[in-house]
Amino acid sequence: MPEKTYLQAISDGLRQEMRRDQRVFCLGEDVGVYGGAFKVTQGFQEEFGANRVLDMPLSETAIVAGATGAALMGMRPVAEMQFADFVSCAWDHLVTVAAKQRFRAGTPVPIVLRLPSGGGFSGGPFHSQNPESSFAHIPGLKVVCPATPEDAKGLLATSIEDPNPVLYFEHKHLYRRIKGEVPDDRYTTPFGKARVHREGDDITLITWGAMVYTADEAAGKLADEGVSVEVLDLRTLIPWDRDAVLASVARCSKALVLHEDTKTGGFGAEIAATIAEEAFEQLDAPVRRVAAPDAPVPFAPSLEKAYIPQVDDVAAALRDLAAY
Amino acid sequence: MSTGTQVEVVMPQMGVSVAEGTITRWLKQLGDTVERDETLLEISTDKVDTEVPSPGAGVLAEIRVQEGETVEVGTVLAVIAPEGAAPAEAPSAAPEPETPEADSPATEEPVAVAEAPSPPEASPEAPAPAAPQPAAPVAAGPGENGRTFVSPVVARIAAEHGVDPGGIPGTGQGGRVTKKDILAFIDSGAATPAPAEELPAAVAPAPSAPAPQPEAAPSPAPAPAPAAAPAPVAAAAAPAAPVAGEQEEPMNAMRRGIAEHMRRSLDTSAHVTSAIEVDMSRVVAARNVLKKDYQASYGVNPTYLAFVTKAAIETLKDWPWINGEMRGEKIVTRPYVHVGVAVSLEDGKGLIVPVIKHAQDLNLLGVARAISELAEKARTKKLLPDDVQGGTFTITNPGGYGTFHGTPIISQPQAAILGTYALVKRPWVVQDELGQDVIAIRPLMNVTLTYDHRLVDGAYAGSFLRDLRQRLEGWDEGSA
Repeated sequence: MPEKTYLQAISDGLRQEMRRDQRVFCLGEDVGVYGGAFKVTQGFQEEFGANRVLDMPLSETAIVAGATGAALMGMRPVAEMQFADFVSCAWDHLVTVAAKQRFRAGTPVPIVLRLPSGGGFSGGPFHSQNPESSFAHIPGLKVVCPATPEDAKGLLATSIEDPNPVLYFEHKHLYRRIKGEVPDDRYTTPFGKARVHREGDDITLITWGAMVYTADEAAGKLADEGVSVEVLDLRTLIPWDRDAVLASVARCSKALVLHEDTKTGGFGAEIAATIAEEAFEQLDAPVRRVAAPDAPVPFAPSLEKAYIPQVDDVAAALRDLAAY
Repeated sequence: MSTGTQVEVVMPQMGVSVAEGTITRWLKQLGDTVERDETLLEISTDKVDTEVPSPGAGVLAEIRVQEGETVEVGTVLAVIAPEGAAPAEAPSAAPEPETPEADSPATEEPVAVAEAPSPPEASPEAPAPAAPQPAAPVAAGPGENGRTFVSPVVARIAAEHGVDPGGIPGTGQGGRVTKKDILAFIDSGAATPAPAEELPAAVAPAPSAPAPQPEAAPSPAPAPAPAAAPAPVAAAAAPAAPVAGEQEEPMNAMRRGIAEHMRRSLDTSAHVTSAIEVDMSRVVAARNVLKKDYQASYGVNPTYLAFVTKAAIETLKDWPWINGEMRGEKIVTRPYVHVGVAVSLEDGKGLIVPVIKHAQDLNLLGVARAISELAEKARTKKLLPDDVQGGTFTITNPGGYGTFHGTPIISQPQAAILGTYALVKRPWVVQDELGQDVIAIRPLMNVTLTYDHRLVDGAYAGSFLRDLRQRLEGWDEGSA
């Protein structure tokens, strides 16, 4: 199997879908001539033409609204927000129209929003956010956060097939740093199925996106200290794999939820609350959360490092849990 | 390593249901230097004597509870101060004062902007972002309560396997018993049954008269489990699967409580049973006289049990250890008798022991009425927790089924239990008015005293039974 970067896997996956399904098209700021701010759609316009790779004006409202309209007319649009942060401009069309159309009028809205998210490159408060929990809260939207190249391709295919609006959060920090084997053939990765990134027996660490790698490194440190940490990569937040989380917690009896998003109201709170509700009698320690502080993402590299959960932060929390 | 701040030494929880403990000896004196985990003092609870290790290193700065005093679990016994800190001048008078951090000023939320003069032109409109919190705040650990805190999963496992977490060595924070600790404990086969779950105060109906009783009379009060080295009972091995024809039913809380208490009582006390035969002729005569009057005037039936109970209460005054208790290194006696009377449930499955408080103040009528009222309360499920707690001596009466002898089990932490058996007519050798031996037909009752030989010796128990018999055989017809 060829090894590909996370970014190549997204690009290949999107190209494959566009080749196999004429309804699939992409739109966004600079996705055409320029090939996308991160070059995910490089070469797409040459292959598929300007009618299927649309350069859009600087208006996320227009991009999401246009995609929604096209979806209602039977198309399968894949819209790129240049940065996930800017999806807030399209909040109304996404949350009020796209998310509710199926419930209100019975018509599906099969749009995919590609949302380059996450920090770690001094992008500051407008270009580093992880707004997945805001949309996980909206009934009618699906939220996908792949961590590996293989999942990035498989989950993108599933997202495009899904009849609902799907927010596909692709983590910028993983684009070129993470490589992995990716099958050439088309495949889909199911929603709502967590992936065991690392097996363990003492503590369940639940996370997604780029934090999977932070978690794994911290778990490695703890393994050296004799503590066995299971790292669960949720892969999708809506729907999320409650069964896998609860089964792992039943075994380990201690749980830590880790995310790069800010803590208050973050999706980790939902997971922690579910564990408390459904697995109370399995718990041997309070459920812990490690997340970013409730503040915008800072520019300065030193501050950003202090802000985004680091391996040592996670390892320290794991040690506390192990000692509890 | 000296402890950074003051550390309080608290009365530890030595078993799930142990509420208090007594200081037997301080091994360190005020001002002594102590290491972490070094033994500070010895305590005893009603189940166990143990040493209390120091929770931190430093100097014993304060002793708040003196030798011989009994205090509730969680009470601060002493304060360990960092080395170099002066010991407190005198123990605080307050029973459980909060120990302030002596060296730190009263902490308030620091208000970052309060002192800073604002630049004249500063715009106050942009809200300051919330101060970033540390990414990994310190876990809210069980801290000082580690020894007593039981996590949900440990509680569940303890309940499923019938073990008392208080008796398991803990390796978690503050000595907390972790899931691994309890699983290892169960795997090791050292599990002891869990402490009795609190028996329901109201139980199934009991017969109107004080009922014939099964052998044993467990205390319905939540019973402390041995907290020290687990008793060498059979491991709680996985129960066998039922074979064809067998039926299984779940055990209710009362049955579990009885099972645990009976086993633990046998593991605790050195049971010895002595029996004596009592000629109840005069009691029968007295009862015949009183019965109508009591029924008519008070609606109370003066049962034989009431007579025996009354006589036993009187006799206990002369033999106080039988109404006493071994508590740690001390022998406890009291000027009162809280007598428990075992009442079986209607179907013979289960029993409860309501307690007549201050029975020494009651005459025969009062005793009879109290027994009848408690039986009525049991029947109508109106027993309150208080009605079944605090017994100092127990009477069980399995004679209604015709049994003439038994060896009941002591209700912990009491020292003895009296058994009364069938009243039967027997040929009996008596002396006639000429001093000649003749065989007469007499109503005979066997009475047993089962006592804890750790505290009560055979001569003492025999003396009690002898006096009890004298009291019953010499019952004055008119006396009530």
